[in-house]
Amino acid sequence: MSTETMTKQEGKTPAADGALDTFYYDNSTVRMFLIAATIFGVVGMSVGLLVACQFFWPDLNFGIQYTTFGRIRPLHTNAVIFAFVGNGIFAGVYYSLQRLCKTRMFSDLLSKIHFWGWQLIILSAAITLPLGITTSKEYAELEWPIDIAIALIWVVFGVNMFATILKRRERHLYVAIWFYIATFVTVAMLHIVNSFELPVTLFKSYSWYAGVQDALVQWWYGHNAVAFFLTTPYLGLMYYFIPKAANRPVYSYRLSIVHFWALIFIYIWAGPHHLLYNSLPNWAQSLGTVFSVMLIAPSWGGMLNGLLTLRGAWDRVREDPILKFMVVAVTAYGMSTFEGPMLSLKNFNAVAHFTDWIVAHVHVGGLGWNGFLTFAMLYYLIPRLYGTQLFSKKLANIHFWIGTMGIIFYALPMYWAGFVQSLMWKQFAPEGTLVYSNFLETVTQILPMYMLRAFGGALYLSGALVMIYNLVKTAQSGSFIKETMAQAAPLAKDYKPASSEHWHRRIFEWRPVNLLVWSLVAVAIGGIIEIVPTFLVKSNVPTIASVKPYTPLELNGRDIYVREGCYTCHSQMIRPFRSETERYGEYAKAGEFIYDHPFQWGSKRTGPDLLRVGGKYPHSWHYYHMLDPTSMSPGSIMPRYPWLFEQNWDKELTPAKIEAMQTLGVPYEEGFAEVSVADAEKQAAEIVAELETQGVKVVPEKEIVALIAYLQRIGTDIKKVDELTQK
Amino acid sequence: MLKFVKHHMETIAGIDIFPLISLIIFFVFFVGLFIYIARADKKEINEISRIPLDSNADNHELA
Repeated sequence: MSTETMTKQEGKTPAADGALDTFYYDNSTVRMFLIAATIFGVVGMSVGLLVACQFFWPDLNFGIQYTTFGRIRPLHTNAVIFAFVGNGIFAGVYYSLQRLCKTRMFSDLLSKIHFWGWQLIILSAAITLPLGITTSKEYAELEWPIDIAIALIWVVFGVNMFATILKRRERHLYVAIWFYIATFVTVAMLHIVNSFELPVTLFKSYSWYAGVQDALVQWWYGHNAVAFFLTTPYLGLMYYFIPKAANRPVYSYRLSIVHFWALIFIYIWAGPHHLLYNSLPNWAQSLGTVFSVMLIAPSWGGMLNGLLTLRGAWDRVREDPILKFMVVAVTAYGMSTFEGPMLSLKNFNAVAHFTDWIVAHVHVGGLGWNGFLTFAMLYYLIPRLYGTQLFSKKLANIHFWIGTMGIIFYALPMYWAGFVQSLMWKQFAPEGTLVYSNFLETVTQILPMYMLRAFGGALYLSGALVMIYNLVKTAQSGSFIKETMAQAAPLAKDYKPASSEHWHRRIFEWRPVNLLVWSLVAVAIGGIIEIVPTFLVKSNVPTIASVKPYTPLELNGRDIYVREGCYTCHSQMIRPFRSETERYGEYAKAGEFIYDHPFQWGSKRTGPDLLRVGGKYPHSWHYYHMLDPTSMSPGSIMPRYPWLFEQNWDKELTPAKIEAMQTLGVPYEEGFAEVSVADAEKQAAEIVAELETQGVKVVPEKEIVALIAYLQRIGTDIKKVDELTQK
Repeated sequence: MLKFVKHHMETIAGIDIFPLISLIIFFVFFVGLFIYIARADKKEINEISRIPLDSNADNHELA
């Protein structure tokens, strides 16, 4: 199975041996994806730095809505996940797949459509997210037309990949390809299931699911976006590029087989660990915890397999910046996959959830594992694609050290901040009252940590800039090799595996379609068992009689809440802890959220929980607070929202919104849509009248009125239970 | 753990057999997998694990 590879530039002619096919690897697509990954990496990290600075300098939104935290935090996460890592995945897959299959990619046209389609999706994300066009489901914020585009382009990628695999000249599918296949099939499933939404307009839709179900589907998706977008494709890249860079085969190929099957089977079950102590059926929470703990085994098996590949080559790690990046990447993978299961234990989760600990955790994974492996891949590929040597090893080493320091300066302050804030939330005085009853105290306490974190992020970003300079210089010193010539013998067409061959090989290792189908089965079972019962079995989401649908004005206010990304800093989920019920009020019940399309539980508390904010303050408090948060809460780091006082809430769309809700099963009366505007106007007039008694004059059409209506409604329905029973 | 699952799903007819079937399928699959990798031919495994290394000769691509 030897292959001869040479480059066109060298002017060599194919060997005359008729038994060998001569073909050319496509390097252009690889280069385009690499460039896109680099550019969007810098963009995504820069937006990250901007949002990091807004934590201690709220005015850094420049006073405009399009750069406010709630809107550009999703821009940051989408940019680094789907633009930086996404393009990195495709670059690595397009490079390694051709070489592992000993064939050119199936279709240059599909490669082009894939590349430009993906960049177009990124562009539309970069436009729509700052405009506040969002579904508010984390890492799936893009609205429905973009969701459809993602599905189509993903299929283009899949077809191109599969057709390439089918025309391969290497009978065995190397384990990296298994991970690529699992990535393709699972991301497709996750994306489709989580994106069920009912369009109201081209840019507005409501999630098909509500409340608990929406949350469960979303975090099944969110968790497995980490698993199958940030992990499995990168494990595939690890299994290809570490052996290449170290010039030795993977430590244990046997281990990699177990690693693959165990990882994809177990990972899919772990989603509910994002919702521990939330209003989720207890059995689903337990299931999430159990599988998360089991996940240590395959994760660490894979990590050790990667690290031990370097056995006997550790001396080279000292010399070679590529190997250095890889070692830190795999180590970071090991750390975050140990930490993940720990965070899934309820006692850890009770401390860490909603705090910056989670932010630290994901950035160890993101900056360390994904970032550093991408950098290693770039340093490996660019010199090879340009037929030259790296411009400066020294600069690469500098990048390595700045980047590593960046990760440390990012992660440590965030761990510190997470612990401190969580402890302050839970601190009781001897007489049983909260010591830090003012939430803001727990925020101002950790502001220095936020500053240090921004410093860490700046370090990491500057490292990336050093890399870009180095790689541009490298490219300039060589000339791009558009195609690489290679030769290999074709596979026998009428090949039948002997029955003596082992089943695993006959079923999977030679049969990519079987591998696809069975990967889908393995990942679908976990998803089905977790999700279906909450839909079928009523007792999983007990309903509460006093919980009623939102009024049209409140619904409009809720849409504004979604648009501004309030959920990025405020939860609506009071866990059943005394420290939380003491601070916020009655803990959250599953039945309270049955009309919430989409759910707004949130995942991080930079500000206090808002589930019981309804009726807590007078209207005027919210009015002044949205105009200038520091006027009501001195020292607040919440940005100002002056545009809510200039823009009008959406009268025109209100009937369509009500009708959409009716379609989704929200029990508005027949024909309510026609009177919905009048209903909203009436409620707005009431709020304006009450505001006037508090000394505030406002036009009823302004968005702030709708937002106040929603804020005053949140979580108030169950308070009526007592009234009902008394009656 | 199983009792929570069964308790909530007992409204579905014959549901109690489902988790057992899944458990058996996956138990058998992983046991089979372990037997396979334990018995796999060392020479061939080594050969497969070298695919990334000999699929293209680095020195040519490096120039």
